[in-house]
Amino acid sequence: MAVASYVIVGMVGLLLLGFWKLQVIDSDKYSQWAERNRVRSIPIIAPRGRMLDRDGRVLVDNRPSFSVLLLRDDPALVEKNLPAISDGLNIPMEDLRDQMSNTRALPKFQPIVIKPEATQADIDYIESHRADIPVLEMLSVSRRRYLPGGFMSHASGYVGEVSEQQIEASNGKLRPGDFGGKTGLERQYNDILMGTDGMRRVIVNSVGKEVDRLPSQEAVPGKEIRLTIDYDLQQVAEQSLGAREGAVVALDPRTGEVLAMVSRPAPDPNDFAVRVSKEEWKRLNDDEQKPLLNRVIQAQLAPGSVFKIVMATAMYETHAVPENMTVFCPGYGTFYGRQFKCWVYWSHKPAHATVDVHRAVNQSCDIFFYTLGMRMGIDIIAKYASGMGLGHKTGIDLPSEEAGLMPSEEWVQRVFHRRWYPGETVSVAVGQGAVTTTPLQLARLIGGIASGGKFMQPHMLKDAQTVSEETFPLKESTVEKITDDMYGVVNAGGTGAGLKLQGIEFSGKSGTAQVIGYAARDRVAKQKKFLDNAWFVGYAPKRDPEIVVSVLVQESGKHGGEASGPVVRDIIKAYYDKKAKKTQGQYTVEYKRYDLGNGSAPAAAIQPQPVLKPEGPTEAAPARASVPQH
Amino acid sequence: MNETSGTTTRDYDWWLLAILAAICTLGVIEIYSATHGSSLAGMHLKQLRWLGIGLVVMFIVSRIDYHLILDQAPILYLVGVAALIAVLLVGHTRFGAKRWIPILGEFLQVSELVKLIIIIALARFFAEVSSEELSLRDLIKAGLLVGLPLVLILKQPDLGTALVLVPLLVVGAFLAGLQWQHAAVFSLAGILLVGAVFYPPVSRRILKPYQRERITSFLHPEEDAKGSGYQLLQSKIAVGSGGFWGKGFGNGTQNQLGYIPVRYSDFIMSAWAEEQGFKGVLFALGLYVALLLRLVQNAQRAKDRAGMFLVMGVAAALGFHVLVNVAMVIGAMPVTGIPLPLMSYGGSATLFVFLAIGLVMNVRLRRFVN
Repeated sequence: MAVASYVIVGMVGLLLLGFWKLQVIDSDKYSQWAERNRVRSIPIIAPRGRMLDRDGRVLVDNRPSFSVLLLRDDPALVEKNLPAISDGLNIPMEDLRDQMSNTRALPKFQPIVIKPEATQADIDYIESHRADIPVLEMLSVSRRRYLPGGFMSHASGYVGEVSEQQIEASNGKLRPGDFGGKTGLERQYNDILMGTDGMRRVIVNSVGKEVDRLPSQEAVPGKEIRLTIDYDLQQVAEQSLGAREGAVVALDPRTGEVLAMVSRPAPDPNDFAVRVSKEEWKRLNDDEQKPLLNRVIQAQLAPGSVFKIVMATAMYETHAVPENMTVFCPGYGTFYGRQFKCWVYWSHKPAHATVDVHRAVNQSCDIFFYTLGMRMGIDIIAKYASGMGLGHKTGIDLPSEEAGLMPSEEWVQRVFHRRWYPGETVSVAVGQGAVTTTPLQLARLIGGIASGGKFMQPHMLKDAQTVSEETFPLKESTVEKITDDMYGVVNAGGTGAGLKLQGIEFSGKSGTAQVIGYAARDRVAKQKKFLDNAWFVGYAPKRDPEIVVSVLVQESGKHGGEASGPVVRDIIKAYYDKKAKKTQGQYTVEYKRYDLGNGSAPAAAIQPQPVLKPEGPTEAAPARASVPQH
Repeated sequence: MNETSGTTTRDYDWWLLAILAAICTLGVIEIYSATHGSSLAGMHLKQLRWLGIGLVVMFIVSRIDYHLILDQAPILYLVGVAALIAVLLVGHTRFGAKRWIPILGEFLQVSELVKLIIIIALARFFAEVSSEELSLRDLIKAGLLVGLPLVLILKQPDLGTALVLVPLLVVGAFLAGLQWQHAAVFSLAGILLVGAVFYPPVSRRILKPYQRERITSFLHPEEDAKGSGYQLLQSKIAVGSGGFWGKGFGNGTQNQLGYIPVRYSDFIMSAWAEEQGFKGVLFALGLYVALLLRLVQNAQRAKDRAGMFLVMGVAAALGFHVLVNVAMVIGAMPVTGIPLPLMSYGGSATLFVFLAIGLVMNVRLRRFVN
């Protein structure tokens, strides 16, 4: 047992030798490290990856900027300098105190950001006061830069300080205060876009001067992503919709690629790239027009007459009702003891008189489709609508997509625990009642039908790995007839007759959906907020289209063909103009590249290839534009 | 003669208690110094409360004849293993490991209690081996006895506490007459295992990522600027900058600015060394040597083999804690999360030491009986 005593003494002896080496032999070295002072960690922020359009033009990039850091190693020194900092950097004293107390729990050697975006005056102030205010430091950061005016802002989304849920879900990759994508593509592809921050470790003396460097960790920049967006078409879509509340989405139905996406009103995400004040945030959230909503995927509204395409398709396909059925439209009709009116009644237009299905699509006769709905029944309608994607998310690669709603017997049973009223079928048949869709769903629907029942998953990443393809089998004859009908809407005196494009098989369907019943609207006086929503979903060519565009103009008070049709027309025209120039070799896109941090203004400086000519359709609309458009 | 009436307060090891009190005082002073200016202020008071509770349980344990305790060894062992399984199933997760179960509003680290149970179980086992030399069969049995809880603790995961069980087995086996051939074979196996841990292709399979990271940062601290290599570097700067005389109470910049990781617990010796210097370290380690030698002396004077094994088990556990913790503070060992007995802040760890000292007192009180 004496051995045990020797072991103990020997062991502690060795430990003491270790202490002797550190504390006596090498003491000077370590004292200098500790004394001359502290290892300071300054993060190196990794720039996020850029977003490019399909031709490689920059849509979203970064710009260099500086944040002001407060070094808190010496609380007394910080306290002494607070008034000078408040004064010099124009930060209210209470604000500074708040920030200090919010970060009390962090280790004192960790600096905090007191001003995320330093002005040139701030930088000058800090530089000239280095000696007397040693607690300030500048951090070089790169900020997101979006195209001005909210260009494509709902699709791109914006970045902000990551939320606690995002930190949890990131598996240690994110830390509080990090910037990450909050919405849109910024959020969807955050893992690709976001790099890994590095860390610069320097040894500084007691007045904050750098005296030595330790090995630092380089930042790994994020990767750039190429989108399916076509800058030229996006530009046209933005301009053509203008300031009106609504949404535009253009797809290539052959691939599911999103060519353009606009939602209005659109906030400018550049405003969020630094730090959003609480008031600004509250204002955006409380705004009745809901600017933060991406209407393309989140507005769930009655599709109105666009839904009649589903009805006609079901009729051609099932023969549940004889195809040669005709209906007499006097402008109104009684179904299940209630009087329903055709749109011509409210518009004081002559009634449709006798209509068959082709004329009913062409003139958008409500009475015909009320009758058709009543005779076909909700089961068949729901089967076709649902089978072709209504009531289901399209699966686009954007967060927070809404599914809309396709009512059915099963649905009322599940949600309201009651039976389906046959009267409800009458409203659904003209795209009213409980049925709601998003603009994106309608683009996918119409594009898919015209493609013979092939529905591609809409997506925005050019190099998407998996794009699912859904097929809803349609007979060749059905596709032939329904595409003829939609061609007629634009080209054979239908509700979109004013939209005709020379040499292009522009087809489509208009829709005008009530926000509330017309009778009720007349009672509460014609307030703007109860005006109709105008839809137009158009595509070209007639069969197997290359482009389909869905446009919603909210509460314009105009009919679908009038308010939304011209927007669709502009985009489709721009698409063909560009295509023609390309085949003639007149159109080349410069692949613009630039280096980060050179202070140029790359994204904003890109001038679009001019597409929209003032020969715009709205002004130049022919006289027939005043003819019933629905 | 009645056993308890034969013991008097005079028979307590007052020297041992005095050493204990001195070490605890250093601990409370340094916990105060390390936390008073931060959001953790008041921790020294909590530690004082734990010390008070510790004293009471020590007294209680010392009153129950240790032979009665040894009689219950199998049941204690089963309870310990069951508790470890329970922790794995329903335990409370803190800092990424399942080690705690809530008892009386506090979180108790079960493995601390299990250390004590293993000391008792091994004492009973080795005391009953009557031959002069320890047979291979008995050695393997003892190994299995330790192996089961060790694996369960590793699962939590808590490498540090699991490692503490190893010296208990080694010291016990030596005292029970370990044969040199066996010692040679097992040492070789041990060296191979340690080698494997440091050899990346093997360690990748058996260690958790954070454990591997600690090993790597120990071997190459400069490669790991943020993690535990940084912790070791900061600890060394603290110790080294303390010099011979120290910077004085509350004046350690490394300590006060938070550069020393968990400076009130695992790295408290680093904070102490910075503020009190080499002279302070000499004093503190001197107290630990006195404590351990006093334990060995008590073991020598034990009435029977069982008592001797108990006390030596306690000495082995405490000695291992001090060695591994202090070696870590000076950067001579990787970060394992083993606290410094009686100085580091921590409820469960403090209770363990007092329970263990209670056993030592217990043996001492009965050294003259019959």
